[in-house]
Amino acid sequence: MLLLSNALRKTDLRTDGYRNNGELMPKRRDIKKIMLIGSGPIVIGQASEFDYSGTQSCKALKLEGIEVVLVNSNPATIMTDPEFADKTYIEPINPDILKKVIAAERPDALLPTMGGQTALNMAVALSDSGVLKQYGVELIGARIDTIKKAEDREMFKVSMEKIGLKVPFSKYTHSKEEAMRFARDIGFPVIIRPSFTLGGTGASVAYNIEEFEDKVEYGLSVSPSHEVLLEESVLGWKEFELEMMRDKNDNCIVVCSIENFDPMGIHTGDSITIAPAQTLTDKEYQSMRNAAIKIMREIGIESGGSNIQFAVNPVNGDMVVIEMNPRVSRSSALASKATGYPIAKVATKLAIGYTLDEITNDITKNTKASFEPTIDYVVTKIPKFAFEKFPQADDTLTTQMKSVGEVMAIGRTFKESLQKAIRSLESGASGMARRIKRDDYNTSAVLDKVIEGLKRPSPDRLFYIGDALRMGFAIEEIHKYTAIDPWFLNNISEIIRYEDRISSLRGYSLSDAEAIKIIRDAKGMGFADRYIASLLGTAESVIRKVRTGNGVKPVYKVVDTCGAEFEAYTPYLYSTYEDENESVVSQRKRVVILGSGPNRIGQGIEFDYCCVHASFALREEGYESIMINSNPETVSTDYDTSDKLYFEPVTYEDVMNIVDLESPYGLIVQFGGQTPLKLSKRLEAAGVQVLGTSPESIDMAEDRKRFRELLERLQLRQPTSYTATSVEEAIRIGNTIGFPLILRPSYVLGGRAMEIVYDNDELIEYMEKAVNVSEDKPVLVDKFLDGATEIDVDAISDGDIVVIGGIMEHIEEAGIHSGDSACSLPPFSLSQHLTDEISRQTRILAKALNVIGLINIQYAIKDNEVYILEVNPRASRTIPFVSKSIGVPLAKLATKVMLGRKLKDMGFTKEVITDYITVKEAVLPFVKLPGVDTILGPEMKSTGEVMGIDRTFALAFAKSQLASNILLPLKGTIFISVKDTDKLLIVPIAKGLKKLGFSIVATRGTAQVLTASGIEVRVVNKVVEGRPHIVDLIKNGEIAMLINTTFGKKSIKDSYSIRRSAITYNIPYYTTIEGADAAYKAILALINGDITVTPIQNLYKTV
Amino acid sequence: MAVLVLEDGSIFRGKSFGYRGVAAGEVVFNTSMTGYQEELTDPSYYGQILVATYTQIGNVGTNTQDYESDKTYLGGFIVKEYIDYPSNFRSTESLDSFMTRHNVIGMYGIDTRMLVRRIRTKGAMMGILSSFDESEEALKFKLGKQPPLLGRDLVTEITAKQPYDFDEPLWSLKDGYKSMHEKKNPLVAVYDFGVKRNILRSLVSAGLRVRVFPCTTPVGELLRDEYKGIVLSNGPGDPAALSYIIENTKELIASNKPVLGICLGHQLLGLALGGEAIKLKFGHHGANQSVLNMKTRGIEITVQNHGFAIKPESIQDKADITHINLNDRTLEGFVHKTRPVLSFQHHPEASPGPREAGYIFKEFAKLVYERR
Repeated sequence: MLLLSNALRKTDLRTDGYRNNGELMPKRRDIKKIMLIGSGPIVIGQASEFDYSGTQSCKALKLEGIEVVLVNSNPATIMTDPEFADKTYIEPINPDILKKVIAAERPDALLPTMGGQTALNMAVALSDSGVLKQYGVELIGARIDTIKKAEDREMFKVSMEKIGLKVPFSKYTHSKEEAMRFARDIGFPVIIRPSFTLGGTGASVAYNIEEFEDKVEYGLSVSPSHEVLLEESVLGWKEFELEMMRDKNDNCIVVCSIENFDPMGIHTGDSITIAPAQTLTDKEYQSMRNAAIKIMREIGIESGGSNIQFAVNPVNGDMVVIEMNPRVSRSSALASKATGYPIAKVATKLAIGYTLDEITNDITKNTKASFEPTIDYVVTKIPKFAFEKFPQADDTLTTQMKSVGEVMAIGRTFKESLQKAIRSLESGASGMARRIKRDDYNTSAVLDKVIEGLKRPSPDRLFYIGDALRMGFAIEEIHKYTAIDPWFLNNISEIIRYEDRISSLRGYSLSDAEAIKIIRDAKGMGFADRYIASLLGTAESVIRKVRTGNGVKPVYKVVDTCGAEFEAYTPYLYSTYEDENESVVSQRKRVVILGSGPNRIGQGIEFDYCCVHASFALREEGYESIMINSNPETVSTDYDTSDKLYFEPVTYEDVMNIVDLESPYGLIVQFGGQTPLKLSKRLEAAGVQVLGTSPESIDMAEDRKRFRELLERLQLRQPTSYTATSVEEAIRIGNTIGFPLILRPSYVLGGRAMEIVYDNDELIEYMEKAVNVSEDKPVLVDKFLDGATEIDVDAISDGDIVVIGGIMEHIEEAGIHSGDSACSLPPFSLSQHLTDEISRQTRILAKALNVIGLINIQYAIKDNEVYILEVNPRASRTIPFVSKSIGVPLAKLATKVMLGRKLKDMGFTKEVITDYITVKEAVLPFVKLPGVDTILGPEMKSTGEVMGIDRTFALAFAKSQLASNILLPLKGTIFISVKDTDKLLIVPIAKGLKKLGFSIVATRGTAQVLTASGIEVRVVNKVVEGRPHIVDLIKNGEIAMLINTTFGKKSIKDSYSIRRSAITYNIPYYTTIEGADAAYKAILALINGDITVTPIQNLYKTV
Repeated sequence: MAVLVLEDGSIFRGKSFGYRGVAAGEVVFNTSMTGYQEELTDPSYYGQILVATYTQIGNVGTNTQDYESDKTYLGGFIVKEYIDYPSNFRSTESLDSFMTRHNVIGMYGIDTRMLVRRIRTKGAMMGILSSFDESEEALKFKLGKQPPLLGRDLVTEITAKQPYDFDEPLWSLKDGYKSMHEKKNPLVAVYDFGVKRNILRSLVSAGLRVRVFPCTTPVGELLRDEYKGIVLSNGPGDPAALSYIIENTKELIASNKPVLGICLGHQLLGLALGGEAIKLKFGHHGANQSVLNMKTRGIEITVQNHGFAIKPESIQDKADITHINLNDRTLEGFVHKTRPVLSFQHHPEASPGPREAGYIFKEFAKLVYERR
């Protein structure tokens, strides 16, 4: 039957939302209640992009009148705010818990494609175990066979071959022996990919048989199904990604093409990536597009988005398919931000039965979601790493993702977007900074260093490329070492060459026409004022003045999905140096919110959460909210979060440019963490009104000297503290106040470079390292309160009254960074007297610092005395947790307070006392960072957090453990090895565990104490004592949980392999006595009773 | 340096690349992010100056395969950034050198988005592009002397000089364009109004033999028995100016041979059926236009390059509408109610752009096979 000649006789020219009988029937009507699974805590490979997608999804579903049931253990998400779903379960994401939620809620359908790999894995588990069938829950967005076909590498390979596409030669195996045979057959290098893991966990490249053996063993151990895929290496091929959408009518589009700057062999999450693809001709691009559409059909994605990765041989254009993700992903978040096309929202609508032509493009209002975005700019994403936190980690980039965040920048050219992205990273570089000093160019050691820097992929490689070009390396040569496409290298080369043009102005008047022209062109290439200033040996302010004085100012262009073909109605803007400005300044009262830039350890989603609340509050109060941020993973950079979005670096220059254009009423800096805070004084000096607590007060709290004076005046106590500017001074202080000491540079977030030292040697070692870290800023030397209890308080002040948001008691003792410590709200062991005293001191401090907005204070309690450790008159990392605990949106209230509203008028005048307990637990990235010690200390290492809510502390703690994927054992053998000061404290815990039926093995010293207390113990060797030792037991699966506290560097070193193997085999381990005690209580509670689930909406009702 | 002066008096100054010269024409923009070599060699652009909305052009150089005709037709090509460092395994020549060799004037370094927005709000305008140091007044004067686009027959200027056979199939990475000699395949005749080679290649790959005729060929020649189907190609300009071809088209429709019209060919079919052509404000030029297939209710992402369109109401009594543009609901395709005539405003041959409408050639081939 001929398709076209049988066209309808009566032509229906209506094109949207209608079917033949003229009835509007876009969505399925049989689905009234949908369950959504979030991605849980932020971990490497799964970050706030899933809050972005999940939030979009919740909003889209609610607008359709569908009842939304959400499960997510991460309290720092916007999606878990009570108004985004009808029922929000902040509960562990685990098949048993999800089953309980399903049993309680009886949803019609489960949408598993918004919560990353976590949600997808849960869907598979719930389907395999028959739960979905039992409760009649339909899987929407992706079918189970589709998920399996896409995720199981063997099935995927078969599917690709079926549709005539090539995949790298590969084999899937469960055994090491078979793996060895395969490797001998195909030769090295070989890629090892464990099945069903997240962010490529355990994936690696082996270059020889020895490496191969180790890596296969590791890969098998981290795969939940104990299988690995061994793959022919396509190292050095070009890597591309396509973001695809397909609906139930087989309409399929490409939302965005992405080209990786880094070639194959580096996880795409760790690669610099560029949109759109740059080095494909149309013929090659269309072949890739066709292949992608075929893949969507073959795998069976019927209503949603997918990300498909391809590798292309640069020599002959051969193309192979690498993998696909049948869900929204980090790349889809990037693609959404890069194009303005809201993938998660559209995917959600497709899942409930819409087709692409029925969904209107919000930006143009004129086009449909079936219109393929086209872009008229270049987007560059650069990952953000945290290797400075993990000195033992190998910073070589491989197929296992290691980055903790990313920035995106938009420019009209690659050069411009690359340089904007570099300065968005806040790594200290405002452009293609040097790694090598000019004077060192000609030494052979430096030559070797640069070649090594080119050959070995690392976060620094981009900068070594710059140095190599300055040293005269040819593009071809750099290409040979890096396999990076010469196209990118040439662009960088043009940037480097232009540095000389700029430098040639040294000593000349910058306001000459010729100089202005050079500066203008430099700005067009993305050079930062600060970088230009450094090339000219002058101050950033000088460049800024010359530039703005001569009309060299940026204009703002709109991200519109269509290359200006249609008018855009959403002010999603980026800067460039061209002629026409499209940013229309409104007549309304405007407030600018500075975002927190890239996620990193110590500054992540919690601050984005606060910024989003600030924006909501502004809109509620009738102000125009203007967001500036550079992090594509966030809700704050969704184009409909604020009235106006500037996707720009959060630097002085870029912020001031926007301020100059917008002349806002004020600026909000206290929600974005250290990034905006660092700018606040300069912005204020430039005449900008900083809303809320003044930068002066913030500075007073950060400056130790001034702060000490303040505390003395208020007669509040703090641990004896001094500042030292030299090694000698530090030693003198140490000898006066006595060890242990806690050392830290001033002005840091996340406890960067903070350490506890126990003797002079450690002190000297630290000072020599640290003074470099913080340059001329002094080092703070405090007496460390050994064994103290740490308390965190968040409060809000409107200038008249101060209301406590929450008092949190840390489970780990003081000395563990508060971001890494589990904590309980309300406190579980404090007397009323102490909580009253803490509240009193909080009020005094908030008043004294003239806080308007939020304040966070950390206290330590030792021997019933309250000490103040730190005061931050701004939003803290715990604001979302406290807000979720008490059911009050503190950041939103704080914003309104900053605009002049009073707490009394808003009805928040006294602390909320809950009748349930919430426990926050930190989630650590060690599984992704082989070789790193897992011991906790004053330097923050966690990437995310989860929350457990229940009626008792023990159950709330148990949930917090479960939510961080720590499976507390209910039977088995527990290993105990504790430091001397803990030996008496462990006895009741061990006794209790024994009573619950656990067996105990312990190292000699600990065993002696336990035996003496009448506890039956088996002695096991420490690793240094010879085999069989504790690690052997762990490897043999004989240990169900470990308790291991240590003192001193030697003991820490000796027990390192224990902690590492616990990570590898995912065995719960506790390195503090307090943690062990909480775990024991949780186990007891789990044995005595079952976990129940409650939506937060029900909890808040009872408050 | 280079300068562009528009009909409305606006002036854009940039840098020059490619051929040094002066060219006047209608200034249009294309939103495709790939395929500039195909665009440069697309005869439909004859008499036009093209602005690329994508900002970096030249990335992949040019090569010996990505031609849509044997030369270029654009008068000028305006881009934000010209990249003089091609990187692609097929690249044999830089775009600058290619444009110089083919007499295409290039300008880069201007705010192309501003220019595009101006065209969008004011509509497609005539413009003059010069890479010489000429005064604005002189350029304005020259621009004023340009004949208007409406009513001009551009087709006879670029049609084939004599008939020729074409045997290249669609491109593949492995074989490039390996000639096909399938003597048993039915032969179709193509009226060349400025045909893109990918139309011919698509026909060959659909199992047809192809003979191309100058647009001035008497229609009787094409109506001979040996031609089992007729293709009316794409081409530049105003369809209403081509009255002699419209007359020929009426005869072709009446002949009962399968007829396929593409772009200008489609507009001519529309006019031959008594329809009405309108000039669009700034046309459709891009590779991402979503079109609704009225029969399947499926969406096709299509390639478009046209400034005129047929009003759907004007042909509805003779034809069934098969395709509608989802953005502005303009006519994208129809079939004749009683004759084997298929007609498409968009470019099913793609090149550059998505190939998913390529099934149309198979539909046409099927009609040809059924009736041979």
